[in-house]
Parts: sequence; structure tokens; C-alpha cells
Amino acid sequence: MSEAAAKPKTFLGVPVYKPKVAFFELTSCEGCQLQILNNEGTLLDFLDLVEVVKFREGMTGGTDDYEIAFVEGSVTRQDEVERLKTIRKNAKILVALGSCACFGGVNQLKNRFPLDWVKKEVYGDHPIDTAPVQSLEEIVKVDLKIYGCPIKKEEVERIVTDLAIGNDIVYPKYPVCMECKANGNICLFDVGEPCLGPITRAGCNAWCPNSRAGCWGCRGPADECNVVQLISIMEQHGFSRDTIIDRLECFGGFAAYADQLRTGLKP
Amino acid sequence: MKVNCDINVHHLTRVEGHGNIKVKIHDGIVQEATWEVVETPRFFEALLVGKKWDNAPWICGRICGICSIGHTLASIRAVENAFGMTPSGQTSKLRLLLKHMETLQSHILHLYFLAAPDFLNVGSVFPLIKSHPDVVGRAAGLKKLANDMCDCVGGRRLHPTTTVVGGFTMLPDRKELARFRELLVGSVPGLVATAELFKTFHLPDFARETEFISLKGEQEYPFIGGDLVSTDGVVKKESDYRAMTNEYMVPQSTSKWSKLSREAFAVGALARVNNNFRLLHPTAQAISTDFGLTPVNHNPYMNNIAQLVECVHVVYDSIRLIDELLASPWQETRQQVTPKSGTGVAAVEVPRGILYHCYEFNETGHIIKCDCIIPTSQNHANIQYDLTALAAKFAAEGMEDRNLELLAEMLVRAYDPCISCSVH
Repeated sequence: MSEAAAKPKTFLGVPVYKPKVAFFELTSCEGCQLQILNNEGTLLDFLDLVEVVKFREGMTGGTDDYEIAFVEGSVTRQDEVERLKTIRKNAKILVALGSCACFGGVNQLKNRFPLDWVKKEVYGDHPIDTAPVQSLEEIVKVDLKIYGCPIKKEEVERIVTDLAIGNDIVYPKYPVCMECKANGNICLFDVGEPCLGPITRAGCNAWCPNSRAGCWGCRGPADECNVVQLISIMEQHGFSRDTIIDRLECFGGFAAYADQLRTGLKP
Repeated sequence: MKVNCDINVHHLTRVEGHGNIKVKIHDGIVQEATWEVVETPRFFEALLVGKKWDNAPWICGRICGICSIGHTLASIRAVENAFGMTPSGQTSKLRLLLKHMETLQSHILHLYFLAAPDFLNVGSVFPLIKSHPDVVGRAAGLKKLANDMCDCVGGRRLHPTTTVVGGFTMLPDRKELARFRELLVGSVPGLVATAELFKTFHLPDFARETEFISLKGEQEYPFIGGDLVSTDGVVKKESDYRAMTNEYMVPQSTSKWSKLSREAFAVGALARVNNNFRLLHPTAQAISTDFGLTPVNHNPYMNNIAQLVECVHVVYDSIRLIDELLASPWQETRQQVTPKSGTGVAAVEVPRGILYHCYEFNETGHIIKCDCIIPTSQNHANIQYDLTALAAKFAAEGMEDRNLELLAEMLVRAYDPCISCSVH
């Protein structure tokens, strides 16, 4: 293990450049960063590919001299806006890590209510500082997105490997439904389970439907997706408007469609 | 002798979430010793309002990236209690097995990746990859086993997919369970080696008399549901959890604080061991005694050892659970759910201590009111009182800033706080 770590990695005989990477978290459960530590089998190889210079959850110390910044979480307070802008200034490449960073994640469900009510419901009259939930790209330019709640470790490793060796980053254009069919699963609509597989961006290998849990759209819309058609198919299967809205608004990727549906407009 | 000290740790590292430590000592007198929580709140209790019952476990699991399984199971239990449902024996065993594997992966993560670097004099686990490859390899192996089993039973190690109100969406492969049983048996030497490693670490000599709260075990070391107990002799029903937590707000923290018989109390592995020592697996009990951990132990740094003891317990108990599950064919996967109006409470022991979820439903099964009380938020006040006592003790002994700073950081880390969780 230690011997392998001492040898420089090569690709086609050329030494691979080790980018300096840093990890940051805004408002989140920190689960996406944990997923990176959860790569026990390949963690050591992964760490060999990059130079981790900042990772508060895992290490003391570190520097602000980094090229790639992975930012987990959504923005919900002014100090996070400032932190995010500083990270943007320091980083060559800013990567939004996970649903909260990409779309606001479950945090953005709070935006359904007036902020004053939200504060009072949880903290009573105690003063508390919070703002409506925003995704990273509502504040700064985001170069890359890694989708999912949680992120899929294999996908992170592939993307980081591509970054390190200078490959283009490609995402699947098709929806989760394609992966689910390819895995030979039964259609969850037939067993009465709501599912956003037909409109959600693939890349997770139908993680939830493989366990007979319908998709909640955590990866956001696929490049080509027909939400209106899916809503009518779900209605034909007897799913209530409530259930469809619950699924569409859960992680924020389809929040605009959910808003339209709630106000009675067909998206 | 040194009598002045000024410590300011902004965003403590190797803990989950954002907290600051400030200690100021002048002329040997502690002017300030503060544990500040600055995490941004996420308002889960508000954002769940209006949501249908099936959303609760899916959304509430996202409160925490480390103990998402515990949150999901607490959420499911609260819904089931509200609807008057009792899980089948098979479902209860599978849930406990899943819970055990989360406990194992979380404790191993904390012991090796977050706590051990302090004792080995490094800033993170990364330098240990080169200097102690055997230690890191062992930690990775134990964590991988626990996480792989979470995938097998829960569908996913983080934010599980198969766990639903009424049971499971699908059951694990029986051959896989049998394979994992052998891997669990094979993991025992790794745990013994972990105990030997921690034997070489010097735990700080510090104790402050504390009230410890956990579930109260009757026949088994408790993890899911049951009465609540404190080392000061308070016993309450699960549904009466608010009388055990008494939450209030303080200016220095975006997380709420709790108290019971004293100014603060502690929850977590040490609290569980202190309250339920006699119910530990005999091997776990022997290791505990070997470390001098017998009830009631008031040294907060001993929480590390209590986690180690629990790792041993959950491995042996998981072997038992798999044996019992494989002794009979699979029964029904999932019960029908009939929503009704009412309130349901769940108390579940997650890695960092006792967790409560409470939901009030209307007659269509939509949430009217939600309350989640997180272990770390119950510990914040105790961390504060420990920190004050720690600063006073070591200031009186004239300790150097750098050493006191490390002890203070290690104190907070010993609680294994999950700060973003506490400010859900």
C-alpha cells in the first residue's frame, strides 16, 4: 500500500498531474463528503490521484491554495454567500457536490412557506438568522455539477479521474428509467409505487428503483424530459396530485414544475 | 507558572458541522470558556408540515449524513406509533441489524479517522496511510464490512432505500446474509487489535459528575424504543420524551440546549454503557472492564472507549440476529399502512446518543406538527460545562496554551458531535 503510494501514477506512460483539491460544506448533512470517505475499497487509490489540501470534516490544517473546490450544501445565510464567493475566487474549477448544491436539495422545501412562519415554527420568538434557500449557481458560476442525494461514489471517482487526466466530463442524457429497464426491474408503476425515473437524469444506475423504491428525482431533470407526459401517466395510474407534487418538489430539481402544479397550472 | 491563555478555534476540524472553541484565562482565572455552535439551521420541523406520512422517513433521513439510517428508523417508528402499528418480528430484527451496522461504521469512522489522529500526533488520517498502513487498512476493512451490510439490508449505506413504514420494500438475499455472518466472525480479531491500539493511548485524566440519559434496556442492550432512563434515577415513557429533554435556547448556539436534573446531561455510547452495562455481550463487557469502564464513569473522554465496547457488542449481536433470521423462511415483507389522526413518538439510540422524532398527523396522514430532538443538541450544554471545568482544572495546573487547546478539541471530539444534525 505505502509502496504503491510512493510511485507516481501514469496514464499512457505520462505522469498524471495531481490537482490540489479542497472540500467545503455549506448548509447540508455533509453526507456527500462522507460518501467520499465511504469509498473504502478504492479510497486509497482515489487519494493517490489528487492532493487534498483542505477537508475540515477529515483533517486539521490545510491551505487555500487549491485548484478544484468541491462545495456541498445550499446557501441559506449571508456568511455562506461570502464564503462561497471566496471559494470561487480561489478555485479554478468549482464543483457543486450533490442535490443541495445543485438545486437546494431537501432544504429548499422550506421555501414553500413565508420565512417568518418557518422561523417561528422552529425557534419561537428566539431571533435566528436565515434566508430563503439558494443553489450555488444562483450566487456564483458553477463549472461542474455532481448530482444526487447522496452522490454516487463511482460517479465522483470517474469525474475526478477525468479532471485529473484532462478528459471531457460527460453525463448521460437519458433518464433513470433506461437504466432501470436495462437492470431488468419490474416497472414500479405496476406495483403502485410513484416514480420519477422517466424524467430524472441517469447516472445513478437506478439506485432507488433497484430496491423497489420509486425515484424522487434527486438528480434533477434529464436533458430531454417530458414532465407533462409523466404527470398524465402518473394520474392514469391513480396517483394523486399531492403525491406527484411531493415527488417533484422534494430535492428542488423539478421545483418549478411542482409550483405550477400546486397553483393549478399544467406545467 | 503560566497563568494567561487565549485560545480561539474557529470551525473545529474533524467533527461533523461547524463549532468554535474559545478559552480565555487571565491570572489563573478562567474569564471565558465557550463552546459556540454557528451552524446554519435547516428547519426540518417546518419543512415537513403539510407533507404526507410516506415523505417523513425519506426527508428526515437527510437530517444527517452519518446517521441517516438511525433518523430513517426513528421516523418510521414515530409514524408507526402514530398509526398504531407494530412491526413484525422479522422486520424488527432486520431493522436492528441495519442499526447495528450503522453503529459499527459510525464508531469506526470516529475512532480511527476523527479521534485517533490526536493520540498519534497527526492532523488527519491521511499521513497515517503511509506511517501506519496496517491501522488504516484495518479501519477501512471494518468500515467497509459495516457499510456493505447496510447496502445489503438497507439498499444503500447512506440515505437507505428499502426501509419504509410497515417494513421493507424488499428483503436481503439470504446467501448474502450467510456470507456476512462469516465476515462478522472474521472481523473480531480486527476489533481486538483496535482495543489493543486504544490501550496504548493515554486518555486525559479528567472527570466531571454528569447525569447520563439513554434508553432503558430490559432484556437486551437497547437501541430501538422503550423507556427512558437517567443515571440520576429518572425514568420516563418514550412518549413523555419532552419531560426528559426540556429544550431551551441560548445566545451562543444555533442549536437548542437540554437539561434534566442538573444544569446539563450527556447522551451517547458512554451514557448507554453507564445505564445498560449488564446487558452488554460478555466479551464487550470484559473489554469495557479491562479499560476501567464500569458504571457510572464520569470521564467524557471515555466515550471513545464506550464506542469501542459497542463495536464489539454490535458485531456479536449481529451474528445472533443473522442466525435467528436464517433459522426461518422469509415472512411478509411489508404491512399495509392505514393512516389516522394522532401523535407518534420514537426514541432510537443512534451512534451519538438518544434521538427523538415526534409527528402529529391529521386524519389523511398529513403532518401538522413535527419535532426532532438530536443527540448532539442534548450534549451541547454538557460540552460547555465540561469545557469550563477542563479550563479551570488545567489552568490551575499551569498548562501551556497549545496543550490545553488540544485537550479542549479532544474533549469536543470525544462527544463525536454531529453539529449540522443538531441544527437541523
